[in-house]
Amino acid sequence: MVVQRAPEPGGAGGTYRAFGETLRGLKTTFARVVEGVHTIQYPEEKVPVYPRFRGRHKLHRFEESGLEKCVGCSLCAAACPSDCIRVVAAENTPELRVSAGERYAAVYEINLSRCIFCGYCEVACPFDAITMGHDYELSDYNRSDLIFTKEMLLAEPLDATPLRAQGE
Amino acid sequence: MTLAIVDYSEYWWIQILKGILIFGIGLQLVPVVLLVERKLLGRFQGRYGPNRVGPYGVIQPLADIVKLLGKEQSRPNTSVGPLYILAPMISIMTAVATFAIIPFGDAPHIFGTRVGLYGVDVSIGPLYIFALSAIAFYGLMLGGWASGSKYSFLGAMRAAAQLISYEVSQGLALVGVLITAGTLSLTGIVEAQGSMWYIVPQFVGFLIFLVAAFAETNRAPFDLVEADAELVGGYNTEYGGGRFASYYFAEYLNVLVVSGVAVTLFLGGWLIPFWSNQPAWTDPFVVLFKMSIFVIFFIWIRATLPRLRYDQLMSFGWKVLLPLATLNTLVTAIIVVAVHK
Repeated sequence: MVVQRAPEPGGAGGTYRAFGETLRGLKTTFARVVEGVHTIQYPEEKVPVYPRFRGRHKLHRFEESGLEKCVGCSLCAAACPSDCIRVVAAENTPELRVSAGERYAAVYEINLSRCIFCGYCEVACPFDAITMGHDYELSDYNRSDLIFTKEMLLAEPLDATPLRAQGE
Repeated sequence: MTLAIVDYSEYWWIQILKGILIFGIGLQLVPVVLLVERKLLGRFQGRYGPNRVGPYGVIQPLADIVKLLGKEQSRPNTSVGPLYILAPMISIMTAVATFAIIPFGDAPHIFGTRVGLYGVDVSIGPLYIFALSAIAFYGLMLGGWASGSKYSFLGAMRAAAQLISYEVSQGLALVGVLITAGTLSLTGIVEAQGSMWYIVPQFVGFLIFLVAAFAETNRAPFDLVEADAELVGGYNTEYGGGRFASYYFAEYLNVLVVSGVAVTLFLGGWLIPFWSNQPAWTDPFVVLFKMSIFVIFFIWIRATLPRLRYDQLMSFGWKVLLPLATLNTLVTAIIVVAVHK
């Protein structure tokens, strides 16, 4: 086996090499100045997320009729490994028609402090009523504020998280 | 051989006025250097540096200083009170005193009388600098010892060993310049560089001075004194608030002073090459410009080189720098004698 060793440090040769390496180091750091800054100024600029990024959930409505897609079947709650979804279903009546199906979700809550963002609820949903959105700024001052109600999940987020374009 | 004896006298009020002016401007440079250092270090590492306080972060040093001065002045139980308080004062006092002899220009006619653009032109310039830097070392040593903490003490011991070993080489590196110039007055040395800056004939001396200057100011890669990874913060570990601020201030003022000395001794002070009838008002700006190049170089080096190991520092100082500086002095002396006789 051939052992490769660095030249011996010290002496005139070592000093000369150290000087050369210092100059090389200076060049390296200066190249960083020329290269420019890589910082992303976070609260103002955000890193765009990938389309399949699993952020905060969204509930959806039908675009034409405005009716909720969720029929209150509780399959998402059954699929949820961390047991953070609570659904209470109620019957649609001719006076109060909330969803397209027979029943609707009277209560739909997701406890985001428990959610592990696995996306099983999205897979379990037979009507694509719940999907994983792109929002990831979910900090709050109280745990109870992290229990998102149906209205909060149906509403459009105030500022949309930037999405990465195709191939970016 | 010319001995720099000031052949004119200044009125007392001019001396007071220029003292206030020089230190008013000189001490204001410290926060600027602080900001430039943090900004540039950021750029060298591909980030912005402070940019939140004020436009482009320009009042960041102000925020830092207000924060430090607003803090409680506490000291450890094991500390030695009076010395603990005295130490940062020594540090800052010597740094300011050294600043007094950096010449920012010749002695032009202002208000119908000659005014030297420097605090004082002592006839023993470099000796004065070394005397004060020797006292400055008490600031670090006493601070570390009086803190009553092992990390501070270790830092102070390192400071002692490092400053002593590098001061010798630094002094010897300057001897070459002094022999060539034939004077110890800083203005005299600048004037002697009219035909050629001493960085050319004294290049080896310049390199030695530069390396030793990094060690003298405790800057990277010779910042073993405050090696944060091993010593928490070195001699200033136990300091906080205004006292820490004065250590910090002294450190950056020392960087400015060393840059000023290097500019004066090797880069022709206020002289612009190939311009013989240079107007007097350009002098201070030329000196400040040259100083800023040095300061930027200091920062650049800090961004580049890793900290030396302690034994490497010592062996480099005594086995490489000192023989080289001695040789440089010898060769210079021989050449000067051979040329002039």
